[in-house]
Amino acid sequence: MKLLVAVKRVVDYNVKVRVKSDKTGVETAGVKMSMNPFDEIAVEEAVRLKEKGVASEIVAVSIGVSQAQETIRTALAMGADRGVLVETDVAVEPLAVAKVLKALAEKEGAQIVVLGKQAIDDDMNATGQMLAALLGWPQGTFASKVEIADGTATVTREIDGGLETVALALPAVITADLRLNEPRYASLPNIMKARKKSIDMLKPEDLGVDVTPRLTTLSVSEPPVRKAGIKVPDVATLIEKLRNEAKVI
Amino acid sequence: MALDNESFEILLATIQRFIRERLVPAENHVEDHDEVPEEIVAEMKELGLFGLSIPEEYGGIGLSMSQEGRVAFELGRTALAFRSVFGTNVGIGSQGILMDGTEAQKHEILPRVASGELIMSFALTEPDAGSDAASLKTRAELDGDHYVLNGTKRYITNAPRAGAFTLMARTGGPGASGVSAFIVPADTPGLRLGKPDKKMGQRGTKTCDVILEDVRVPAANIIGGVPGQGFKTAMKVLDRGRLHISAVACGTAQRIIEESVNYARERKQFGKAIGEFQLIQAMLADSQAELLAGWSLVQDVTRRFDLKPVHESDPEVSMRASCAKLFCTEMVGRVADRGVQIHGGAGYINEYKVERFYRDVRLLRLYEGTTQIQQIIIGREMLRSA
Ligand SMILES: Cc1cc2nc3c(=O)[nH]c(=O)nc-3n(C[C@H](O)[C@H](O)[C@H](O)COP(=O)(O)OP(=O)(O)OC[C@H]3O[C@@H](n4cnc5c(N)ncnc54)[C@H](O)[C@@H]3O)c2cc1C
Ligand SMILES: Cc1cc2nc3c(=O)[nH]c(=O)nc-3n(C[C@H](O)[C@H](O)[C@H](O)COP(=O)(O)OP(=O)(O)OC[C@H]3O[C@@H](n4cnc5c(N)ncnc54)[C@H](O)[C@@H]3O)c2cc1C
Repeated sequence: MKLLVAVKRVVDYNVKVRVKSDKTGVETAGVKMSMNPFDEIAVEEAVRLKEKGVASEIVAVSIGVSQAQETIRTALAMGADRGVLVETDVAVEPLAVAKVLKALAEKEGAQIVVLGKQAIDDDMNATGQMLAALLGWPQGTFASKVEIADGTATVTREIDGGLETVALALPAVITADLRLNEPRYASLPNIMKARKKSIDMLKPEDLGVDVTPRLTTLSVSEPPVRKAGIKVPDVATLIEKLRNEAKVI
Repeated sequence: MALDNESFEILLATIQRFIRERLVPAENHVEDHDEVPEEIVAEMKELGLFGLSIPEEYGGIGLSMSQEGRVAFELGRTALAFRSVFGTNVGIGSQGILMDGTEAQKHEILPRVASGELIMSFALTEPDAGSDAASLKTRAELDGDHYVLNGTKRYITNAPRAGAFTLMARTGGPGASGVSAFIVPADTPGLRLGKPDKKMGQRGTKTCDVILEDVRVPAANIIGGVPGQGFKTAMKVLDRGRLHISAVACGTAQRIIEESVNYARERKQFGKAIGEFQLIQAMLADSQAELLAGWSLVQDVTRRFDLKPVHESDPEVSMRASCAKLFCTEMVGRVADRGVQIHGGAGYINEYKVERFYRDVRLLRLYEGTTQIQQIIIGREMLRSA
């Protein structure tokens, strides 16, 4: 069974993100970039499925700038077998990514596409869902546990009220939540081996996908600084303030 | 020899994550128990840290010196005991074999060094021969196709963990040209260890005496196969080691500065965060400026080191490596002292990390050539080349 894993290059989660002075976006020049943490979890899950003998091949896919090869290389060092970079300098949106992934899933004959539930840069939380809709496959989003047997993926999902378990007939789309697993370290010898694995370079046009943005960014700004709160002596004062000052009740 | 940049960036990110998630949280354990937990040592092996500097053809990663410097900087940012576990494999314990060993020696030893299966130590210092290493007394007498070794080695890092030693002994007459470097397996009969040294700092590191009584070692175990080359080998090894130590010193300075800045932002006296006082800012600023100067120097010298052939030593590069060791290890001493000062009384209390780093970094000015020895090397080269 072939697995496709999507990996996105984002600003490293340890970096304090700064808005560009012209407010067109966030500063990425000279900033450390890494694989989206939820995608690391997705890669880890795919590698575990391969180690269990469920998957036979893992293809790591990224859509973005040429430097995203490094992100793919990280996935290869973690255990993915080969990579595909769909190269574009356009700031891709979830729908465009979903279309590219659909084309690749079909081209590769993948049985499962694993993605992070969202990317920590724009936090869209949409690509997996859009992909499932475009493919017409069932989806198990926010996965905290995945089991594959007899053509069915049993996915435990983290939902607001607790946990929900769904059974998906393969092929299917799964998106990884935080507690699905703890991603392994790409060991140094495996980083060395990953250099010999191949990365196919494609353009969106090669897959017949138009990635032109449909959204326009008007302006990016920092969230307002939170002001210090106040302490109230009793409940009566609290209600009074909520009613008359904050005017929320 | 170097790893391509893309792979190196991934490797550095892996090491940074390992330090952040595994090593920093274990610092208290190491301090309290004077040992690095076994499971962490196992993880270090699995991760490949023992083979950082060993070329790929011998099963290692094959970092260039500038890349190794960047890794050493990261390793300096946590308790130095962690680095020490694999430090001798990456550096002084194995480099002599890599630089001057025969192909057979390299193939036999280096892959096991790179995997961490074999821990190697470097045994040069003796009770009566420290800075004046060329006067070492350990004798190696030829007896058939073996040498018989007698003598005592002192303060040998990782001796209690070592499976083999790169050990300097006298096969010839007095002076440097009478010294040969041997590969001595730790389980050779007649080799025993002294009791562990109780040290000022770097808790979790292991040093002790290595005592040799009629230790029989095959003549084929002389590094490079030719007697009388051992002192040269040792000096080349130390050249490289000095750059590694300089980078470690910068990493530790970075960590101490971070600890100090955080403390200065949190700690309030006279109604303000002490970081608002310019006298505190002055200490931070001096530390920052000195760190950046030192790190620039290390990056410059490691680049120069990579430009010359691995097996050759260039007096100009050696002089600069000594400048880096001299400056950076003294620099981190000053930074640590200011770090303690900024912490006030807390800086003297063991719970605070600066108290430990203050003791840990004291060693950096002593081993792999004291500050005075670096000054001598630099001064001598300045006059020689003038
Ligand atoms: C924790 C630790 C780990 C070590 N690990 C190792 C190891 O793995 N392998 C190994 O071989 N060694 C190791 N050493 C030994 C270390 O390299 C020596 O301690 C160091 O070289 C200094 O030698 P010494 O201690 O004999 O001091 P000495 O040489 O006795 O020096 C005493 C003082 O005299 C000064 N001095 C000496 N000669 C001169 C001179 N000509 N001019 C001016 N001043 C001079 C020195 O700078 C110093 O200030 C280790 C030491 C320690 C403490
Ligand atoms: C081992 C030990 C024994 C002690 N014994 C006693 C004892 O027996 N009895 C007792 O009462 N106390 C004792 N102390 C406490 C000691 O006197 C204090 O630690 C010391 O006065 C410093 O105060 P602090 O630790 O709160 O540091 P802080 O006052 O927080 O100082 C932190 C840093 O800020 C600097 N700083 C503070 N204010 C300013 C400013 N306005 N401008 C510029 N810089 C400033 C300080 O110089 C220092 O560098 C002891 C402390 C230790 C470590």
